Amino acid sequence: MTWLKDKISSPSKLNKSSQFDWDWVLVWVLRIMAAITGAIVLLIVIFLILESLPFLQVKGIGPFFTDQRWNPTEGLYNFTPMLWGTLLATMGSVVVATPLGIISALFCQYYAPVAIGNLYRRLIELLAGIPSVVYGFWGLVVLVPLINRLHPPGASLLAGIIILTIMILPTIALVADASFGKVPQEYLLGATSLGLSKWGTICNVVFPAAKSGLFTGVILTVGRAIGETMAVLMVCGNVVETPSSIFDPIRTLTANIALEMAYALGNHRSALFVSGLALMAIIVLLAVAAEVITVTSSPVTKNS
Amino acid sequence: MKQEIIKSPISTILVWLVAVLVTGTFAWILGDIIFHGVGGISWEFLTTAPEDAGRSGGIGPILVSTGLILAVAMGVSVPLGVGTAILLAEFTSATNWFGRFVRRSLDILAGVPSIVFGLFGNAFFAKTLGLGFSILSGGLTLACMVLPILIRSAEEGLRGVPDELRLGAAALGLSRTATLFHLLLPAAIPGLLVGLVLGIGRAIAETAALVFTSGYVARMPQSLLDSGRSLSIHIFDLSMNISGGDTNAYGSALVLVILFLMINATAAWLAHQSSSKYNDSYQFR
Repeated sequence: MTWLKDKISSPSKLNKSSQFDWDWVLVWVLRIMAAITGAIVLLIVIFLILESLPFLQVKGIGPFFTDQRWNPTEGLYNFTPMLWGTLLATMGSVVVATPLGIISALFCQYYAPVAIGNLYRRLIELLAGIPSVVYGFWGLVVLVPLINRLHPPGASLLAGIIILTIMILPTIALVADASFGKVPQEYLLGATSLGLSKWGTICNVVFPAAKSGLFTGVILTVGRAIGETMAVLMVCGNVVETPSSIFDPIRTLTANIALEMAYALGNHRSALFVSGLALMAIIVLLAVAAEVITVTSSPVTKNS
Repeated sequence: MKQEIIKSPISTILVWLVAVLVTGTFAWILGDIIFHGVGGISWEFLTTAPEDAGRSGGIGPILVSTGLILAVAMGVSVPLGVGTAILLAEFTSATNWFGRFVRRSLDILAGVPSIVFGLFGNAFFAKTLGLGFSILSGGLTLACMVLPILIRSAEEGLRGVPDELRLGAAALGLSRTATLFHLLLPAAIPGLLVGLVLGIGRAIAETAALVFTSGYVARMPQSLLDSGRSLSIHIFDLSMNISGGDTNAYGSALVLVILFLMINATAAWLAHQSSSKYNDSYQFR
């Protein structure tokens, strides 16, 4: 009914001459507010670009890949180790969290008794909102010492992957749960009447029908993992080095910004804003990808 | 067929195992923080100032700063968010270019990493507007951050109001302004409150956006232009930079978790209120 609301005529439209038109004022006040809201994203992009320009104009983007190492005090700005850190931590956690999250959603929808399923969903919703600094703190005081016993130094890529997995699992579980919920009941009844087992139904009926929702969930999750800062900063050790094993410490792009922004000046500060701009670009690309997937697929939701 | 029969029970066990694993991890994290933190919490801990860089003493000024940052964030974002939601839900058609632009930019805003908000807040509020490292800078940065959540639930609240109200109001000759203030907003209040509470939940959880906007200073703030340390930054600082700060970090983490759980319970209760409102009682009033 959305399209109707703005068509509902009201008396103030009919006798405009007789009195001051408050509706006109209201709509324009609201439009200005919405314009401010809509402008925030543009403002963010503009300021990231403004602060990045001093570096980009003088040095371009070459130094980020060709300098010997990351050492801003000597004027060396190689981002490669941090890019690897972000890439490996994100990929690792998404690879682990995706099956766990999807199985969690399956549990809610098809395996658990209704009461337990609802309780579990509540739990996942809670997990999704718990402050990242709490996860990071737990990782620092519990997880890192545990890994340290297994293979020093403890603060490592592995710790980062585990913490990120715990943090992004709820996102993918909730999106998967929602897309499973949209699979029409007839599909499931049909599959059951054809004698498919539960697991067979899930693999051959539910997954294909919920595919686009699952893809969108994974994309959202990738964005979350790339952008996560505090928890990763607390458990990863933050050594600027390309890791050679899963027990090596890493530093992600986001952690790098959080660690150095406080004292960064001149080119250094500008370089950090360039990495922020890069993060922003990745997020916009992911949002576009999610949009494309949602628009181009999902025949299920259309004809149900 | 035979294969499926053999596979089914294993998959069931696997699914239950994952559920137990996730629940167990959650219980471990929460249990650990409650177990180590509960001893540290007392009235004194909540009201006195931190001493010795936070190793001893309490979190009084930090709670005040957190409250002020939240107040600024909500004070700015609620009017802006509700106004935008009203425009999107009531005064804009689904195909209008302006509405689509605002919606699209909100979708992107919802995905922007908090550290990028921090960079923006530092460049815009702290530097360009000259607010410096202050509660005001931090609060305004958080305001930008919670807008998507606020607007989404406010819109849902407004969409939950039946169209009969709008048609009835138009038939009675009410102006749209009067309809909005006397009918739609009162009816949508539970939905708006859910948004408010969820926004507070998101804001109180935030750390990265505040590190270089509201700053680290742990003193009692004298004005909104003072730097103020939020609870989440306090936990971060104690655990990362202060050796021997773990006891108080546990106490602070437990306070944060309790606040977060209380906020969520409120949101769940409000959502329940609003969903039951039109399903049964409304028709007969």
